[in-house]
Amino acid sequence: MTSQLLLSLVSGIFIAGSAAYLGTLMLSRKMAVVAGPLGHLALPGAALAIVYGFSISLGAFPFVVLGILLIWLLEIRTRLAMEALTAIVFATGVATAFLFLPIDKAEAALVGDISKVGIYETLASVILGSAVVFTIKRSYSKIMLINIHEDVAKTEGINVKLYNLIYLSAIAIIVALGVDLVGGLMTAALVAIPAAAARNVSTTLGQFGAVSGLFGIISAAAGITVSAFTALPAGPLVILTSAAIFLVTVPLAKV
Amino acid sequence: MSDILLEVKDFNVILDGSPIISDLDFSLNEGEFLTILGPNGSGKTVLLRSLLGLVPHSGQLNWHRKPRIGYLPQGLNQMSVRDMPLTVKDFFSLKKLKSAEVTAILSLVGLENAVMNKKAGYLSGGEFQRMLVAWVLASQPNILFLDEPTAAVDIAGGETIYSLLKDIWKRQNLTILNVTHDLNIVYAHSTHVLCLSRFGHRCHGVPKEILTPDVLNGIYGADVKFYTHKGV
Repeated sequence: MTSQLLLSLVSGIFIAGSAAYLGTLMLSRKMAVVAGPLGHLALPGAALAIVYGFSISLGAFPFVVLGILLIWLLEIRTRLAMEALTAIVFATGVATAFLFLPIDKAEAALVGDISKVGIYETLASVILGSAVVFTIKRSYSKIMLINIHEDVAKTEGINVKLYNLIYLSAIAIIVALGVDLVGGLMTAALVAIPAAAARNVSTTLGQFGAVSGLFGIISAAAGITVSAFTALPAGPLVILTSAAIFLVTVPLAKV
Repeated sequence: MSDILLEVKDFNVILDGSPIISDLDFSLNEGEFLTILGPNGSGKTVLLRSLLGLVPHSGQLNWHRKPRIGYLPQGLNQMSVRDMPLTVKDFFSLKKLKSAEVTAILSLVGLENAVMNKKAGYLSGGEFQRMLVAWVLASQPNILFLDEPTAAVDIAGGETIYSLLKDIWKRQNLTILNVTHDLNIVYAHSTHVLCLSRFGHRCHGVPKEILTPDVLNGIYGADVKFYTHKGV
């Protein structure tokens, strides 16, 4: 195994595993699709990173944070549905990106390119991915209760604003990291598909989180490995592996 | 005479520029089972939620003793969690309770230990409501806020839930603030009633003393009659 493949695998596994774990909370809040538009909003940052030659995740992060802040503020101010706001954010991100994204270099921003990831980016994926899993695991029961009924969570003494901030920050980190792995167009798939597949086969919350993380890891490992031995890009292969796992779990769905 | 637990004075709630509750005064004694009664749109749920601090309000809200609140909201039922792989045990683990504690509290509401591994979203309406009562009681509240706690169960199931709540209320010396539009609940279970209406009519006191036909007509804006069987 080449050292480049090892870096790609380590990076991909940490990003996909942590995204899939976080995805269980997003799915239970019916927010999994929100990661998609946020990924699209990361495109201008990814474009800047490509033009000036720095890490795509680093370029994406401030734009994702901006996107989350925009949705949060617009939701408070307008009380428009989350879907409407994410559509606005999505269109703004894509339009801005295509104003100055060199089309011949657009592929990495759109579908990701984990095959060229460096040691520092891998290190960042390991540290940030682990931090997200650790923080979400500690906050999981409180965020889940907020998802089930926000007013009950408040009367039980949970600081809903604080936990929403933790939750949104985790989403921002995962989306920014996810742009490196699968690009700005497909980040929603990283959180949504493994979590949906895990829901099909899980009967308890503990299984839900663990199985989702496992499906994320398997998808990343398989997609990146197949990519290394073919001329196909890793990002779409990771997502397709994830989708295949989902299809396998459909007959097992516990409804 | 019981001590006052909560005193509400000059209480106002305005939502989207419209006054929902204006200049409301009432007090709640420890150990009372107070039902907030009124037709749809009279502000019952808004009042309950504003007393919980979930809705902006003005006026005085004086707790004479630190409340430990348990809240059963409207609309939280088995369908709310049906999409999640969430067992009854998981639901209690959201409060970090140990299995032995859960078993004890479940038996208090008449649920078998076997229910622990069932998916919460697939319990019957009555079972889910019992589980919620147990879940709320696990935090050892001294006051329960109930918002139409039997809305998602049939008449017989609803009566069972209220009998259970009344039994727990007596045994644990709780105070209960309950929202309903059902007059039967007021007469059968409440020590006191606070009436709200869309037309500004109000009443507060012991149900059998204050709920006269004239008062009910004022509250509901229609000719309301309530019949009781002999001996009830």
